[in-house]
Amino acid sequence: MKVVSALATIALLVAALASALGVVWTRHESRVLFVQWTSLQNQRDDLNIEYGKLELEQATYAEPRRIDDEARQKLGMISPRPQDIRLLH
Amino acid sequence: MDARRHAKPPKHARRHAAGPSARKRMIVVVGLLGLAATGLVARAFDLQVVRKQFYQAQGDARFLREMPIPVSRGTIFDRNGEPLAVSTPVMSIWANPSEVLDNDERIPQLAQALGVNADELKSRLAQRSDREFVYLRRQMSPEAAQAVLDLGIPGINGQREFKRYYPSGEVTAHVLGFTNIDDHGQEGLELAYDDWLSGKPGAKRVIRDRMGHVVEDVEQVRAPKPGRNLTLSIDRRIQFLAYSELKNTVEKFQADSASMVILDARTGEVLAMVNLPTYNPNAIDGSKPAQRRNRAMTDVLEPGSTIKPVLMAAALSSGKFTPTSPIIDTTGGHWYFQGHDIHDTHNYGLLTPTGVITKSSNVGAAHIAMDLDTTLMYDTYRAFGFGNSTDSGFPGEAPGYLRIGRDWRPLEKAILGYGYGLNVTVLQLANAYATIADDGVMHTPSFIKGEDNPAKQIISPTIARELIRMMETVTGPGSTAPQARIANYAVAGKTGTAHKASVGGYDKHSYTAAFAGIVPATDPRLVGVVVVDNPKKGSYYGGMVSAPVFSRVMGGALRLLDVPPDNIGRWYVGGPLQGAGGLAGSQPPSETPIDDAPIDEGTP
Repeated sequence: MKVVSALATIALLVAALASALGVVWTRHESRVLFVQWTSLQNQRDDLNIEYGKLELEQATYAEPRRIDDEARQKLGMISPRPQDIRLLH
Repeated sequence: MDARRHAKPPKHARRHAAGPSARKRMIVVVGLLGLAATGLVARAFDLQVVRKQFYQAQGDARFLREMPIPVSRGTIFDRNGEPLAVSTPVMSIWANPSEVLDNDERIPQLAQALGVNADELKSRLAQRSDREFVYLRRQMSPEAAQAVLDLGIPGINGQREFKRYYPSGEVTAHVLGFTNIDDHGQEGLELAYDDWLSGKPGAKRVIRDRMGHVVEDVEQVRAPKPGRNLTLSIDRRIQFLAYSELKNTVEKFQADSASMVILDARTGEVLAMVNLPTYNPNAIDGSKPAQRRNRAMTDVLEPGSTIKPVLMAAALSSGKFTPTSPIIDTTGGHWYFQGHDIHDTHNYGLLTPTGVITKSSNVGAAHIAMDLDTTLMYDTYRAFGFGNSTDSGFPGEAPGYLRIGRDWRPLEKAILGYGYGLNVTVLQLANAYATIADDGVMHTPSFIKGEDNPAKQIISPTIARELIRMMETVTGPGSTAPQARIANYAVAGKTGTAHKASVGGYDKHSYTAAFAGIVPATDPRLVGVVVVDNPKKGSYYGGMVSAPVFSRVMGGALRLLDVPPDNIGRWYVGGPLQGAGGLAGSQPPSETPIDDAPIDEGTP
């Protein structure tokens, strides 16, 4: 009996110690992960910001007015004359 | 227990002991200590277990804070995925006034970075020194804001916010509307779909020190829900085309305002909606309310002759009329009806019902109206959506006005036949034409691409096709709108020139010039309505002012949407015919349109 209870006590002691260490370890781990997560989030936000800017820039460049001007003035494009159009069946 | 047994003094000791015995002393001391210990345990239990929540909350309240996680508003795209409204992050600088005032030697430096007057800034902070939060400047560019924060002045903080940018600016201003400084929709679709676009800010718990600086993020309380994107039915290219053509026309004819609406006939989707005057939604401060109104939906007009196809729909469904019979006598160009002079600009003599549409004869239309059953005519007008909001879901949409049929007096009925005495919006007019274009099926107009619009059969497909053939003659020879023709496409449409109602009757010298049309007439895809309000220079006829806009914009739209031509080489009588495989020319037709008579007075 005495041996069993001594063993149980030791086992519980070890378990308690292990769990305490576990708590410390997971706490640390969660901190590390949280920091990582936050930095990834910031990175994502930055990328989203960059994406929004690029989207806006693209929209500005794709503005029909600008395309019209560029095509007609810089590239000298014109609407085709009727005799230049061939209809394919 | 053992201790007590040992502590028992031997019998002989009693005799020698004087005063209180050691045992009694022990009992008192132990008792007192025990009591104190029990008290402490009880107190600890009270603090740690019974009132733990309260004290925990009190402790947390002193350093934990919930902070909002801002979310961006959804992007609005046009039907081809081009962005029309984009939210970009900006920074707002806020201050804790008392803290900043403690370091007031740095205020000039701060004011310079913010781009404001130092004295003003100081007095502003002093006025609000009892508060903890004052915005110094909102919506700065992130770089400029970072420069302010880098100064490291205590009590100065940045907060991320989002600002809306509209790359198409004034071209799409009325449809999209705009948002306020807190990123909530104020007008237009930004308002109508605010819940969908805005999303929900999240929250995170952070540890803050006494000065309010964030020391550490603890956990996320609520995940942020970013705003959802919205894809509109608007086509940016067509929108722009309509805008630039309308703008040229307003300048050329010195008109007060103008609107154009283009609908997809098969779905009821709005492809373009343009109004002039307009404003820049990226800088709304300088704009007047008159510029911000979406006239195509909030303003009403008397449709004038553009209503005649709807009258004809009622006439054809009554069974009394066909496109060719009976012959209507408009000889003299005047009809004195109940003391009212209904007149045409010319004497058209005998006309078929189709002729009434071609020449836009008011006398003919009045005769047809008087031959119709009032209930049928009223029900038809009503079914085409006049006097009712179109349910497009756009904020501030006007329902227009149509008097209830049983209250119509005979003269009123005759006048309603050529489009006076009722009010419609440009969108309602476009929707009525779209109904004719889609074989008599009315769709609820919508601004969202691919939305399932409720549809309803209003008139029979046969009648709808007959109406389109009748309206095709409007751009044919001897008609009111040869300028609405589009090379290689058959155009069905109707002009309208109406006197504007003003205080105390109709204004003799101001008109609305309208053109409503359907292309391609043989297989309708698009419906466009152009209304130019009060053109003052050149002409005021719908066929001269609005029809050319229609032709140019719709021609471009058909090309952009790859709609196959349905009228190759049969452009108009007398027009140049190309060789086999060629397309008809795109020279403007030289034919001058016949006048489309505005009528001096409407309702008696």
